[in-house]
Amino acid sequence: MMQIQNIRQFGTFIGLLVLCLLFWILSPYFFTVSNLLNIAQQTSIIAIISVGMTFVIITAGIDLSIGSVLAFSGVVMASALHAGVPIPLSILVGFSVGYVSGTINGLLISYGKLPPFIATLGMMSIARGSALWYTNGRPISGFSDSFRFLATGDILFIPTSVWIMAIVYIIAHFVLTKTKLGRYTYAIGGNEKAAILSGINVNRYKNIIYGVSGLLGGLGAVILTARLNSAQPIAGVMYELDAIAATVIGGTSLMGGEGTIYGTLIGALIIGVLRNGLNLLGVPSFIQQIVIGAVIIGAILLDTQLKKQKE
Amino acid sequence: MDSDIILSMSDIRKEFPGVVALDDVSFELRKGEVHILLGENGAGKSTLMKILSGAYQKDQGQIHLNGKEIQILNPKHAQDLGIGIIYQEFNLNPHMTVAENIFLGREPVNRFGIIDEKKLYHSARAIIQDIGVEIGLNKVVSEIGIAQQQMVEVAKALSLNARVLIMDEPSAPLTKHEITQLFEMIRRLTKQGVSIVYISHRMSELYEIGDKVTVLRDGKYIGTKKISDINRQDLIKMMVNRDLDEQYPARNPKISEEVLRVEGLERKGVLSNINFKLHRGEILGIAGLMGSGRTELARAIYGVDKISAGKIFVRNKLQNINSPRKAIKLGMGFLTEDRKSEGLVLVLTVKKNITLSSIDKYLRFGVLNYKDELKKVNHYIESLRVKTPGPNQKVLNLSGGNQQKVVLSKWLCCHSDIFIFDEPTRGIDIGAKAEIYNLMSTLTQKGVAIIMISSELPEILGMSDRILVMNKGTIAGELTREQANQEKIMEYAIGEPGNYN
Repeated sequence: MMQIQNIRQFGTFIGLLVLCLLFWILSPYFFTVSNLLNIAQQTSIIAIISVGMTFVIITAGIDLSIGSVLAFSGVVMASALHAGVPIPLSILVGFSVGYVSGTINGLLISYGKLPPFIATLGMMSIARGSALWYTNGRPISGFSDSFRFLATGDILFIPTSVWIMAIVYIIAHFVLTKTKLGRYTYAIGGNEKAAILSGINVNRYKNIIYGVSGLLGGLGAVILTARLNSAQPIAGVMYELDAIAATVIGGTSLMGGEGTIYGTLIGALIIGVLRNGLNLLGVPSFIQQIVIGAVIIGAILLDTQLKKQKE
Repeated sequence: MDSDIILSMSDIRKEFPGVVALDDVSFELRKGEVHILLGENGAGKSTLMKILSGAYQKDQGQIHLNGKEIQILNPKHAQDLGIGIIYQEFNLNPHMTVAENIFLGREPVNRFGIIDEKKLYHSARAIIQDIGVEIGLNKVVSEIGIAQQQMVEVAKALSLNARVLIMDEPSAPLTKHEITQLFEMIRRLTKQGVSIVYISHRMSELYEIGDKVTVLRDGKYIGTKKISDINRQDLIKMMVNRDLDEQYPARNPKISEEVLRVEGLERKGVLSNINFKLHRGEILGIAGLMGSGRTELARAIYGVDKISAGKIFVRNKLQNINSPRKAIKLGMGFLTEDRKSEGLVLVLTVKKNITLSSIDKYLRFGVLNYKDELKKVNHYIESLRVKTPGPNQKVLNLSGGNQQKVVLSKWLCCHSDIFIFDEPTRGIDIGAKAEIYNLMSTLTQKGVAIIMISSELPEILGMSDRILVMNKGTIAGELTREQANQEKIMEYAIGEPGNYN
């Protein structure tokens, strides 16, 4: 199993390298330190919420609400900052909004027995509506430099948001491979019935996993708000789709039971590099969407064909 | 050739990978008769009928219809030949009306290609009247009862001009009153010259409705008798009388104190009034036909399904087992009937499956210790002789016997001491079977108690120290190893419960 998984990840990694090589040839600016850091920084938010998505998809679920949850926790956090609440506490408030929204998803799915698609589709609308209602549809803007440092600052020449992303990935990889939660995540997605009969409290772990996905939406909100110096109720639209794409390109199976964190990172970087490269080449944004869609379909098509051949 | 013979199947052979499902089986059906097809689960009844209805292709043998040899190519072809089958699971569209279902796919249309509703309902009414039952043609199928749905299936078959009608345990879901109606309908049909193949286990029914009976056992043809010429005991003998040639480990059990006691257990509509005890070192066999409530009993004890009444004592302490989690904590391990869908996470590795229920043991401050885990896993791979390229092989790629060993290892890792084996050797080849039997025997020597549910009577007789026979959701009889034989078990399994107290 390790081998198959590794070959798959290796293939994705090669894809990323080829993409980089292509843009390097086409644009002299692509392979500069500042541009690469720029890509990492731009990718960080999608990459972070893709971590939650990876856990969710490994359980054979889906989280369509993550973009809206990001917006909702962003505006609540921003209003706390404006009310003079200290930064760490405001961030905690934002995290809580994300965690609670995610946990509600989890409860609807575990105890409510709703299909994840439906539960999170509902939450997608509820969280978005809440964000708009809470702000009357207006952005909350203007924050202190110390808050903005979380996205715009550098530590050892590397942007803070990239550090945050790296830390999240290291922790997530550790959790998925070395803890009970990780092992159960795979078991639940691989065969939920067998997991229950093996004594796993499936409902409880689903609640945790969807809760954490929401929490990471809150973390994404911190970076986005700090970068834009504004929390917008319409932030994060379609982010869930990018996160799903990154996860799936990274080799996580929508059927559940299979997937890795580093695969998702490569998947997120592929999308990031593609956006950046196409921008550098001056490809209009409408066409960019077409290209990205085609890459997603192509990657998965290749994957399924390879799997078929193996059988 | 007898002109009354409408259908004859001779020397039919059918193999599936690793199993001979039918071994030179013959069967004759006369015009207007009700011919009972009898045999244990897995005797080959369904396979034979699936060949007749075109769902399977025979490997060898001939089928004659009205004296002419035919090849039945597919279910549609069987329909065209006038052979209809009514499965236990109905093939009706629940959202369409009775009339629409009868003519599904063959709706009469007018010259614009639009369905001619008037003609549809007219033809449907004619058929329903023919059968002599009353069903509202406008009713949506999901809103009518099981008995009526069955009639719709019959009507559908007759609308295709079926002259041979196969009914697979048609009385199983019906009430007493509905069965009477079913029999009335069958009698009307046979008067019209339709021949019925009737598959059932219920002895009393056979004598009421059948003209002739053909018995199959282990895929072989045993014999055909007139119902009026054979008594119940002889029929049972025909069904089960086989040589016990498989190798079972010698049992000299050291049975000691009670570990599990079930009192008055009930699950509404499924299980009723179940009482039994299980002891350390004992193998308690649970026999019974499919649908008699064996697996349901296991699930109830193991906390998967909620019980509506009764008490379960584990080591003399009353326990409320409301989840498998709780059952596992009390030392239970459940090896399910269907390993692939309930016992294993197929996409995960041997290692991860083995430690799935005991993962806490390999955690140090919340972190998995791979080395400890691997050591344990390798220990079981070796001692149970699991044939796998390594602990990181996906369970998916293992054979049935080795998969069963993986499930067993999972419970051994938990130090379980009350095992429930549901069909422990289903889908496992003979060599591996013997290994599983030996493992079970060794476990009991170490003080484990085992409940073994099985459809295979030789297995029940060869392994059990004591046998419970289930019938219609309750325990119909209990036999010691010395008392038990295949006939006695079958008596309890197909008799009317209540006659054996």
